[in-house]
Amino acid sequence: MPFDFEFAKSILPHLLEASVITIAATFVSFAIALVIGLFLALGLRSRFALVRRGIWGATQFIRSTPLLVQLYFLFFVLPEIGITMPPFLTGVIGLGAHYSCYIAEVYRAGLESVPKGQWEAAVALNYGRSRAMTEIILPQAIPPMIPVLANYMITMFKDTPVMASITVIELMQTANIIASERFLYVEPMTLVGLIFLALSLVASFGVRLIEGRLVR
Amino acid sequence: MSPIITLRDVRKTFGPLVVLDGLNMEVQRGEKVALIGPSGSGKSTVLRTIMTLETIDGGEIEIDGESLWHMKRGSRVVPANEAHLRRMRSKVGMVFQQFNLFPHWTVLKNVMNPVRTVLGLPEPEARARAEELIALVGLQDKVNQYPGRLSGGQQQRVAIARALAFRPKVMLFDEVTSALDPELVGEVLNVLRMLAHEHDLTMIMVTHQMGFAREISDRILFFEHGRIAEEGTPEKVFNCPTNDRTRAFLTAVRQA
Repeated sequence: MPFDFEFAKSILPHLLEASVITIAATFVSFAIALVIGLFLALGLRSRFALVRRGIWGATQFIRSTPLLVQLYFLFFVLPEIGITMPPFLTGVIGLGAHYSCYIAEVYRAGLESVPKGQWEAAVALNYGRSRAMTEIILPQAIPPMIPVLANYMITMFKDTPVMASITVIELMQTANIIASERFLYVEPMTLVGLIFLALSLVASFGVRLIEGRLVR
Repeated sequence: MSPIITLRDVRKTFGPLVVLDGLNMEVQRGEKVALIGPSGSGKSTVLRTIMTLETIDGGEIEIDGESLWHMKRGSRVVPANEAHLRRMRSKVGMVFQQFNLFPHWTVLKNVMNPVRTVLGLPEPEARARAEELIALVGLQDKVNQYPGRLSGGQQQRVAIARALAFRPKVMLFDEVTSALDPELVGEVLNVLRMLAHEHDLTMIMVTHQMGFAREISDRILFFEHGRIAEEGTPEKVFNCPTNDRTRAFLTAVRQA
């Protein structure tokens, strides 16, 4: 299996350019997942059993079906009922919604890790609910969540190639296009793998740094 | 003058378990009262209902002559809203068995931040008040430490200072020495002894420290099955209890 370094060098700039789309897709999807996840987590703590059960069912459904199927559904089935979205938007909504179900669980676990006595002390000191949440509960709940959330972001990053299947021209799709034009797969795919590896390693290193800071 | 705390026919159940069974209790202004009795007799629940950490299923609680769970709107009596509960809570402070200090704040901030946020005290005033109270409980050299670096006894003294910063009329102490190593109990009891000299401060303590209860209380309430089975001065309850259960309990405690 010969590896053509000249060819690799010539396509690298295109691939690096495409990784910007991949990185952007990761950040946007992650932001969407953080926000939807928050609503899901709040919904799971709702006073109304119907809301709790509905949201629990929806998260189970999303977690138990493949991301690829969900993206196909959003991109190819929704237009049939008149909802058409551009590929990138479809991709980030799909990926974001999928991961929001996992992130809701991270929020829940984080909030539950704060002992009940902290709430009771807040009530006894006459804090209102929202002040107790923002000043006493969240500052204790959030730090342990950060490394977990960051690891989900890295996992999401590695899942972005599924967006190629709904025609988002991200890193994987760009490599695919180059490869199929020339019938040369070794160099583009190797480079894609290396770019993912490099970025994931850098991100993991970052997570470990943050983790080290949080553990006092 | 009316009692500072009145419980009238208070009922509290947890599922099938009756924790407070038509409890009647009065505490006078400035009085120091100790609640003793077997575990599960409802002593801690009394404190928790006064602090609104538990709702009640029946009866009435009055603090400073005003209903805790109800308020007047015009001529009608309606369930208390959050504003009413907050006004009522401001008269009461509570110290917990497990200290419940805020681990992300230093000792100073634990005492200073709540009065800043909740009472809206300006920073210099809140800080002065906090420093004074931290010195009162003997921890002036620990102001910038985090709770995790303190012993249990030190943490509990900070928790007492934190509650006192609100200048409550009533202080509730819920087994405040039960989670402490034996050699750390004394330093916390010394702080309580000091507070007992405050003429105007009402203190209600749930305790298993019989010697201490006897020493600083004006009155002892012996609880059983969610009611007061016997009450009186420490001399009366400890020396010549009239109730068989009280006698049995005190004998068992003395043997321990």
